[in-house]
Amino acid sequence: MFADYTWAELGSIFAMQGFSGLILFSVLLLMALGLAIIFGQMGVINMAHGEFMILGAYITYLTSNFFSTFLPELFGIYFFIAIIFAFIGTFLLGAFVEWSLIRHLYKRPLDTLLATWGLSLILQQLYRTIFGTREVGVSLPDWMMGSYSLTDAIEIPINGMIVMGITLFITVGVYLFLQKSRKGKQSRAVVQNRAMAGAVGINTASVDRFTFALGCGIAGIAGATFTMIGSTGPTSGQLYIVDTFLVVVFGGAASLLGTVASAFSIGQAQSILEFFLSGSMAKVLTLLVVIVILMLRPQGLFSLKVRR
Amino acid sequence: MNKNTSPITMRRKLLKALFTLPAAVALAGTSFISTAYAAEANTTGLAVTDSTVKVGILHSVTGTMAISETGSVQAEKLAIEQINEMGGVLGRKIEYIQEDGASDWPTFAEKAKKLLVNDKVAAVFGCWTSASRKAALPVFEQYNGMLFYPTFYEGLEESPNVIYTGQEATQQILESLNWVVREKGAKKFFLLGSDYIWPRTSNKIARKHIEKLGLKVVGEEYYPLGHTQFNSVINKIKLKKPDVIFLDVVGGSNVAFYKQLKAAGIDMTKEKPLVLTISVTEDEILGIGGENIVGAYASMKYFQSLPNDNNQKFVAAFKKMWGDKIVIGDVTQAAYLGPWIWKAAVEKAGSFDIDAIKKTLPGIEIPFAPEGYVKVHDNHHLWSKSRIGHAKADGQFDVVYESKELIEPNPFPKGYQ
Repeated sequence: MFADYTWAELGSIFAMQGFSGLILFSVLLLMALGLAIIFGQMGVINMAHGEFMILGAYITYLTSNFFSTFLPELFGIYFFIAIIFAFIGTFLLGAFVEWSLIRHLYKRPLDTLLATWGLSLILQQLYRTIFGTREVGVSLPDWMMGSYSLTDAIEIPINGMIVMGITLFITVGVYLFLQKSRKGKQSRAVVQNRAMAGAVGINTASVDRFTFALGCGIAGIAGATFTMIGSTGPTSGQLYIVDTFLVVVFGGAASLLGTVASAFSIGQAQSILEFFLSGSMAKVLTLLVVIVILMLRPQGLFSLKVRR
Repeated sequence: MNKNTSPITMRRKLLKALFTLPAAVALAGTSFISTAYAAEANTTGLAVTDSTVKVGILHSVTGTMAISETGSVQAEKLAIEQINEMGGVLGRKIEYIQEDGASDWPTFAEKAKKLLVNDKVAAVFGCWTSASRKAALPVFEQYNGMLFYPTFYEGLEESPNVIYTGQEATQQILESLNWVVREKGAKKFFLLGSDYIWPRTSNKIARKHIEKLGLKVVGEEYYPLGHTQFNSVINKIKLKKPDVIFLDVVGGSNVAFYKQLKAAGIDMTKEKPLVLTISVTEDEILGIGGENIVGAYASMKYFQSLPNDNNQKFVAAFKKMWGDKIVIGDVTQAAYLGPWIWKAAVEKAGSFDIDAIKKTLPGIEIPFAPEGYVKVHDNHHLWSKSRIGHAKADGQFDVVYESKELIEPNPFPKGYQ
């Protein structure tokens, strides 16, 4: 299968392929981070994760319209402002949802699945009513859509670089937050032993609300980022949800490192397989491998050792 | 309760008898066109009165497919309103009952049954995906309804109870391949689609045709519906260096593909490779963004930018009804044809009866169609022209090619299966 190509061509293709694996890794990781926080820290299965992402995308769309109408001279940098708005918007909605819905269901984890699924349907219909049934086109500044040619054959997509940058930034941020900050430490304490954390004076209700909202906020950032590479419509969130769950479950629910490792291995495996097989077969094989590994290791790649 | 003796039934029977009397007289009499009495223009109990006729609209207005099906609903409502302004069908105003298929195929079958059995509609305009049509088809055949189906689709179907107003696969594919070979000197093709029946059948036809022309398919790939990562296949395309990328990717995947193709440094306006799609209309470009697809070619039978008078009027009326910002894609226009074809067939038959219009439907001509003259073939598909549009940054197409003759629909193409 390589006979038709020269060594130079092969070299550049492998470079490109490795790079697209990295992009896929960043996309998967960014998708999964918000869910991993909520699922890992709280045990809540948030089926509306995709819809929170799309809310971020719609906020980006609104911001882009605002800038192109009122501040066209700043259009080139609106995207980063949109990401901040997307975070704030989804964070607030997340906090509201936790207060009105999720907190009543902590003792019934399976019911949160049903409740958040219902929430996802409500949000979808809401988007449809507000933004119309059709997909909206989010226009991006030109400099973000091109590619940077390294050599004749190797071209680096700029949006891929931006996705990678944002993913790196968010992941490191979340890690530092959970490990170093007071709130993060409290949140981990609540995960490990809710009753004890409460006993030493941590306000577990407020920690829960903050954690859930943070997960949703990160979903919003992911959604805003993906307007560069995907579609924005009322049901676009559904496109991401399966992959997201796959990454989180495969990585081991309670571990940030697991999510990173899982996104990396799935991303690279899929990218390599896609190159040698057809797209659908690559997906089938990836899923098969994940299933087999989960059969052998039901807790996922990494798991937190806690006494229950 | 014994139904036969209830006073209501008695009254109904009396009324029926009263209706049949003048109808019988009229039958014995001479010809009449637009004022047939209900009982006569309708011997099978359809929802037809002397002043109204009920039809059904069956599309998804919720769920994933709502994105695509909304345009069709709008077009059908416009056609119905225009027909009513002209005096209706056989002197009767059309009233429509709209049902939501909710992007769920069994729901389409259920709602089709409801429309045919409970509402007794005289025709149904609806269904969009092949899956929804396949689900509803047995219902239409069992209860003898008439479905007008607007989407371009894979062919391999011909039902006496369906009129297919979109193109079947060969009409869309063969002319466009001939065109890129003739005009652009294409020799190597890369076929890429979403993984379900329509792209697979279409690519099979495309591959056979390319090989018949003595040219080469250098790759054929399918990705699951909703796939959003195309970097690998784009790398593969770069490696195989095809002259043409032939695309039938659908839905949200479309948006992801074009954005990533552009980001990978492939400028479609340079036509190296040339991008030829059979799945992108003006509707899809709203989501993709004109700047991300400029330079691609699309093979359709209708483009909003067609310059003929019929189309100018149609576009103006459509915008007046649904707002200035709206765009009109191929399927929307095909959906618009449905009510008009039905009207012509009913008036030719002088009856709303399904069996009567089945006889008159083949050969119905719509000279005022926005896409230009069309005619119903014996196989219930339409004779129509093939056209190729060149995508512009504003989301519209320049029509760069139009077949001289109407292309015959051929849902079961020999040698392409």
